[in-house]
Amino acid sequence: MAAEHKTKLSKNLLRMKFMQRGLDLETKQQLEEEEKKIISEEHWYLDLPELKEKESFIIEEQSFSFCEDLLYGRMSFRGFNPEVEKLMLQMNSKNKAKEVEDETVELDVSDEEMAKRYETLVGTIGKKFAKKRDRANYEEAENGNIKPNKAKKMFLKPQD
Amino acid sequence: MAEAAAIAAESLAGSKARAARTVLGQVVLPGEELLLPEQEDAEGPGGAGERLLRLNPGARSRVRVVCGPGLRRSGDRLLVTKCGRLRHKEPGGGGGGGGVYWVDSQQKRYVPVKGDHVIGIVTAKSGDIFKVDVGGSEPASLSYLAFEGATKRNRPNVQVGDLIYGQFLVANKDMEPEMVCIDSCGRANGMGVIGQDGLLFKVTLGLIRKLLAPDCEIIQEVGKLYPLEIVFGMNGRIWVKAKTIQQTLILANILEACEHMTTDQRKQIFSRLAES
Repeated sequence: MAAEHKTKLSKNLLRMKFMQRGLDLETKQQLEEEEKKIISEEHWYLDLPELKEKESFIIEEQSFSFCEDLLYGRMSFRGFNPEVEKLMLQMNSKNKAKEVEDETVELDVSDEEMAKRYETLVGTIGKKFAKKRDRANYEEAENGNIKPNKAKKMFLKPQD
Repeated sequence: MAEAAAIAAESLAGSKARAARTVLGQVVLPGEELLLPEQEDAEGPGGAGERLLRLNPGARSRVRVVCGPGLRRSGDRLLVTKCGRLRHKEPGGGGGGGGVYWVDSQQKRYVPVKGDHVIGIVTAKSGDIFKVDVGGSEPASLSYLAFEGATKRNRPNVQVGDLIYGQFLVANKDMEPEMVCIDSCGRANGMGVIGQDGLLFKVTLGLIRKLLAPDCEIIQEVGKLYPLEIVFGMNGRIWVKAKTIQQTLILANILEACEHMTTDQRKQIFSRLAES
């Protein structure tokens, strides 16, 4: 009785997700195959001869600016319109920069400036972590007049 | 020039495709077919013998070639569509491995090209777009949102009759061209409405290219004369403005006359102007 019942389960029911767990391998494969068949039957395509487009090695480009490396069209001379003059430098340098870019990476901050900046930074951060007693030293260093380290305070034995 | 034209006509009559490499700087005529370097040896004289020697003719090492204005690709062939001198640029800095070929032609009629910077005149305002006359077969459309900082609420102040410096975003044949006044990052970069006053005049497209060439002496010399501002549109329009009307007119006349002057003539005029 029980076996008969199992075979009578409909295919649509078996295809549902919660039924998949209980299925054995064979029926699973069967179902999958059927599904594939349905999909391939329903898949439609244009019944045309295969279009063979060879890869083209000629590219069309209708712009003269690209061919002749033309300059930017706005110009100003002798300070008539400083805004445009700035723009002109920027836009026209773009073309030239592309060639030289790799060789000279423009620095916003020179190495020397950087070193100087970090020099003072060492001081300020150092001050933060210094103890109260040492802080005096830092302040002196900032002011420029470096005093010789004071003799360390220590217990002096009283003389008899 | 006449001689060159005669040669060109002769070769066209023979209707034999010439190798692009051999006609560099020479006159080519519309309808002519050009052979690229790798097609040359296959079809040229003695090609058959060479082909036998090659190990695998199927896998020819082909390079990408860019064909610029005046040339058209038709299948595997390269056809000439404009009359002029054939130019070539070696590869490097973009472009294909075979470089760029184009025809240096003289013409006055402008055909919109995508990416070109042009000067247009606003002819109408209709709802969301402006109609801009750029000298092409059809006025270009320009959205009011295509300006730097423009939003739906904050409309740019553009009136009919204003001059616009912008670039083409869409420029196909059979389609209305579309202009914008911002670049891909949304910045104006000098585009937008061109300031008041000044003088707009038209020259040939060839002169614009001559003046915008990177090593153009004319512009450098003009720049030394007076403080001035110029805008060049690839559509053959030039807008100039100097401190006085007289200077503006002088500049416009010089720029117009430059096209057909020899270097010596030009130098003479510039020195005379510098004195006065």
